[in-house]
Amino acid sequence: MADNLLTVSGVHTLIGPYHILQGVDLVVPEGGVTVLLGRNGAGKTTTLRTIMGLWNASQGEIRFDDHLITGLDTPDISRRGIAYVPEDMGVFTDLTVAENMTLAAANAPIDQKRLGWIKALFPPIGTFWNASAGTLSGGQKQMLSVARAIIEPRRLILIDEPTKGLAPAIIKAMTDALRELKETDTTILLVEQNFAMASTIGDTVAVMDDGRIIHSGVMRELTEDDAMQEKLMGLSLEAHQ
Amino acid sequence: MSETAIKPRIEKVPLREQFFQKLPVLLVPMLALLGLMAIGNPASWLTLTVAGLAMGMMIFIMASGLTVVFGLMDVINFGHGAFVAVGAFVGFTVLAWLAGWTASPSVMLNLAAVLIAILAAMVVTGLLGYAFERVIVMPVYGEHLKQILVTMGGLIVAQQMIYVVWGPDELHLSRPEAFQGSIVLGEAAIEKYRLVAVAIGLALFLAMRHILKNTKVGLLVRAGVENGEMVEALGYRIRRLFLIVFMTGSALAGLGGVMWGLYQETITAHMGSEIMVLVFIVVIIGGLGSVEGCFIGALLVGLLANYTAFLAPKVALISTIALMVAILMWRPQGIYPVVKAK
Repeated sequence: MADNLLTVSGVHTLIGPYHILQGVDLVVPEGGVTVLLGRNGAGKTTTLRTIMGLWNASQGEIRFDDHLITGLDTPDISRRGIAYVPEDMGVFTDLTVAENMTLAAANAPIDQKRLGWIKALFPPIGTFWNASAGTLSGGQKQMLSVARAIIEPRRLILIDEPTKGLAPAIIKAMTDALRELKETDTTILLVEQNFAMASTIGDTVAVMDDGRIIHSGVMRELTEDDAMQEKLMGLSLEAHQ
Repeated sequence: MSETAIKPRIEKVPLREQFFQKLPVLLVPMLALLGLMAIGNPASWLTLTVAGLAMGMMIFIMASGLTVVFGLMDVINFGHGAFVAVGAFVGFTVLAWLAGWTASPSVMLNLAAVLIAILAAMVVTGLLGYAFERVIVMPVYGEHLKQILVTMGGLIVAQQMIYVVWGPDELHLSRPEAFQGSIVLGEAAIEKYRLVAVAIGLALFLAMRHILKNTKVGLLVRAGVENGEMVEALGYRIRRLFLIVFMTGSALAGLGGVMWGLYQETITAHMGSEIMVLVFIVVIIGGLGSVEGCFIGALLVGLLANYTAFLAPKVALISTIALMVAILMWRPQGIYPVVKAK
């Protein structure tokens, strides 16, 4: 296993009076896909937002490439090479697809070769290049959101439920694209509730419940062990019914 | 991802929907046409229309900064009027220093004096905006009630400072020689200064539109209005953008103050808070955060105020409020609602 690119140690996050993350310990090895699973409200999105600096950790530390990033402002974290695809996609609907991509290339003008690769990966990006992003369908917006995150080479991409609410054909297409992205040695931390999809591209897995990581390991072990799946997924479901 | 997996398609917006999207742009000519039918006399109509457009442009100059500040920073700045008043007083001082230029019959010297006065007013109000944002606004980001209270407080302090520096009396601000009097077109008399106001307002609108549509800073502002958090996640420091926008908005209010002062030819410490009623109406009509909506709203308010003042002076008092009610009943979010991420 490669070195860990991201290490989250004992992180607590409070949002108003709510104690959401209650000591999260998570490692993301470099060069693969780590899937973060868990029921609704387990703290997956909060974990990503805390890593990105959008919410502050009240305790614990987050290290990226062995540098402490806890307490840094979001733009500083982004400029260290972490991209974020939020659950609501965060597409600027008032801007065109081209303008969304131009803004995403924060450090330099768009690399045309890389843009060509992205357009091959997500054909609607090229087709709707000059169209308002607000006119795109949900699946196309999701593609734009991921495309924006990879328009510049990033070391780590945090993706929050990219298949949520999408049609099966789009989910398959998105999975293929993430698999191709994985081939480029980009490290991905993927939050997903669709275990069938996540298991096909994940290398390592962490399962959350009640603001803590309750299991972490190799994805293959989890996919091959029905009893463990039942224990982890079943536990989460039954405990909150 | 293969082409066969997802077939992108472009769906045309229905013609009817396209018409309703463009409809606000037609409101100004429609109102002008209604004014022509109601007034009857083309000469009077032309005079009133130019007066209305000039008034609208000046309100737009003052309101444009406020609407962008609200849209991007989610800040309700009741102190915006302070920059209008300070701008007018700084302009007055500069024009008083350049009295020799303003009294000269030379158009160039007159223009130079006004431009220097505008520049000075914009620099002073821009710097005042910097201090205002750092000291008053920054601690209350995201807290609307506190914003209203502290920015009102800032307005009162600014007014008292004007008393200290320029005294409590209203001051007469005379227009330069070349901007006095009217141009006669047939039977219509059009004040020269109103034409200048229309030209400056239009130039400002086109410049703002160009910056917002074609520059990266403009893209950042538009994106920030919709989802500031995502702009930060892309690696941009939105707080720095906030400050630049706030200072620009304050400087534009200062520009508006000089122009409004020259238009009214009288300036007082309270002129900013008095004009703010119209400014807020325009910002609300236009859609909070929308520059295009603000421009159309300002022209509608300017034209309607002049037409009704001529046709039915008593109705003029409520005409702008009635316009706001009518627009909000049609489009509750204003002419061009700005989509904000939840």
